[in-house]
Amino acid sequence: MSLWNSDFLPTLNVGQWFNNVVSWMNDNLGPLLNVIDDALTTLNDGLTDFLNWVPPLIMVLLLAGLGTWVRGWLFGLFAVIGLLLIQAMPTADLWPEAMESFALVLVAAVIAMILAIPIGILAASNGIASRIIRPVMDLMQTMPAYVYLVPALFFWSVGPTTGLVATIVFAMPPGVRLTELGIRQVDPEMVEAGHAFGAPRRQILRGIQFPLAMPTVMAGINQVIMLSLSMVVIAGLVGSGGLGEPVYQGISNLDLVTASEAGLAVVVLAIYLDRLTSAFGDKSAVARASRPRKKAAATA
Amino acid sequence: MPAIKAEGIYKVFGRNAERGVARLHNGDSRETLRADGLTAAVIDASFQVDDGEIFVVMGLSGSGKSTLIRTVNGLLEPTAGSMQVHGQDITTLSPKALRAVRRDRISMVFQHFALFPHRTVGENAAYGLKVRGLNRSDRMAKADEALRMVGLDKWAGSLPGELSGGMRQRVGLARALAAGTDILLMDEAFSALDPLIRREMRDQLIDLQQQLGKTILFITHDLNEAMQLGDRIAMMRDGRIVQIGTAEEILNDPANDYVASFVQDVDRARVLTAESVMEPPAVLLGADQGPRMAHKLMRENQVSQLFVVSRDRVLRGVVTEDDVAAAVQHGQSDLAGLIRTDIPTVTEGTALADLFGESAESRGALPVLGERDRLVGVIPRVTLLNALSTKGSEQEVTQ
Repeated sequence: MSLWNSDFLPTLNVGQWFNNVVSWMNDNLGPLLNVIDDALTTLNDGLTDFLNWVPPLIMVLLLAGLGTWVRGWLFGLFAVIGLLLIQAMPTADLWPEAMESFALVLVAAVIAMILAIPIGILAASNGIASRIIRPVMDLMQTMPAYVYLVPALFFWSVGPTTGLVATIVFAMPPGVRLTELGIRQVDPEMVEAGHAFGAPRRQILRGIQFPLAMPTVMAGINQVIMLSLSMVVIAGLVGSGGLGEPVYQGISNLDLVTASEAGLAVVVLAIYLDRLTSAFGDKSAVARASRPRKKAAATA
Repeated sequence: MPAIKAEGIYKVFGRNAERGVARLHNGDSRETLRADGLTAAVIDASFQVDDGEIFVVMGLSGSGKSTLIRTVNGLLEPTAGSMQVHGQDITTLSPKALRAVRRDRISMVFQHFALFPHRTVGENAAYGLKVRGLNRSDRMAKADEALRMVGLDKWAGSLPGELSGGMRQRVGLARALAAGTDILLMDEAFSALDPLIRREMRDQLIDLQQQLGKTILFITHDLNEAMQLGDRIAMMRDGRIVQIGTAEEILNDPANDYVASFVQDVDRARVLTAESVMEPPAVLLGADQGPRMAHKLMRENQVSQLFVVSRDRVLRGVVTEDDVAAAVQHGQSDLAGLIRTDIPTVTEGTALADLFGESAESRGALPVLGERDRLVGVIPRVTLLNALSTKGSEQEVTQ
């Protein structure tokens, strides 16, 4: 045996094992996989159809209005300029693709959070669960995102479901992590107060821990949305539609015009969603309560 | 039946905590346990709190007082011992039954208030009632009532963040009062407040307790606070209760050197009352006796004035040397016109600090009146000054 080579190690066919697991699932979980396919396709198509049913200019006004309400007129102005820019650029179907990406992001982010919040709560309330969940989340987030496309392609071949599932898996970890962190950060005296007045665990979670963790959970939602958006573009590779398609078209045809215009549209969507969701965090009751208010000074 | 009765409460933290209790029983010290990773926070604590009493547990940080108070409502389960609340041993209860005890019997006020920042003052005050399942309008009405008791009813719609520290803790108090439980646990409730506010809060707590007759278990590290609030005080050190008694018992008869060194710095003037320093009157004059008798008693006892009492010892007033001498010269046979009634008097419960003003106004000793104005004792000025010097400082002088 020599220290200069590793011939003495047995061969571990890790990839093959994964392959076997995926094949087994494909053979045996068919009905479940079909249900997931149907549900995600219906959701995504429905939302995409709705977003594209609204006339583009009206959509710009709606999104800008939402931005103004949440953040202020300056952000609303940015939204108008950015979204009109998408419509003004000549690449074919850029606006409908943007709306499709928007739908993909929303569906993926909502499902990711629906899964992430209970897992995060479990991790926050149970040390053992936390120790198990943490490395799994690390794995999910650091595994190169493209890898998720492979088993999803096995299950659902090309289409939006493949992109959505890969996106959900990739984007979920910060949602779990920040939910756990937010709940763990809640002042233990508050939780103790709940116990001291005889509140059951669930009521403490719902009425005290979760609302107080809300600003951190919102930061998690923001992260999930941003990761979803980055993944949605990658998902364009497997025919999920959206802005990923013109981007890959641009790459494969070495067409800088299409690629840069599609890329710019992604940037506009990213900035809009990021600023919008980070402002939602500031609007939560706890964040409002922690800000000094002028009214207090007037009545004191 | 006492409101709270603790018997042999132990709380040991760490793996195999029961073994730690057995070792403490066998005489092992806290330190040897710590070497094995066991922390004995409370050791063999027994006490009882009567209905309507303010019972103070006083100790420095690390003495185990906060752990002890948490065993009373089961936030911490004692490792050994029994904790009875109105005769019910809560250490044997199911989690659900324990929650019911906390909901209906015991509420708590926290050192750092523990108000929910995202709820209004009114909603905070109503929290205990919400847990009980009262509908919103009922619980808000009761919360308003509790807020009125602490003088904050105008703030019901504000958020806790808009209130000062003292006001926030009054909300904490209102939350505990609104819950309508007969026992209040107060964990260092005033320690985070400014000294002036703290005093105000103490006075308010005493007022409320007298109005409502709550049983209060109060934790503090401030001996002055303990002495002012506590009907009785338990002194804790290193997890053990070293003495239980009234403020005066602890001041005048400390159980060991530790307690003695503690009480040395206490503001005795605020804690001691007239009753604890008064002396039996050396001589009294009966209301039906005459000036000659008065003159004789004054000469024999070397005093310049005499208290005049009726047969059932009700204080009638005082006669002075000059008046008595004049009356004797004029051959007057009774005390008519001689008794001065405009003299300062104090009662048994008057704090020493309040005696000085009265003492300054009076020429001789201060009369102390008990029930139905009966004279129960007197406080000569010298006694008053002596009472303020502690045993500790006397030792310093003799050294």
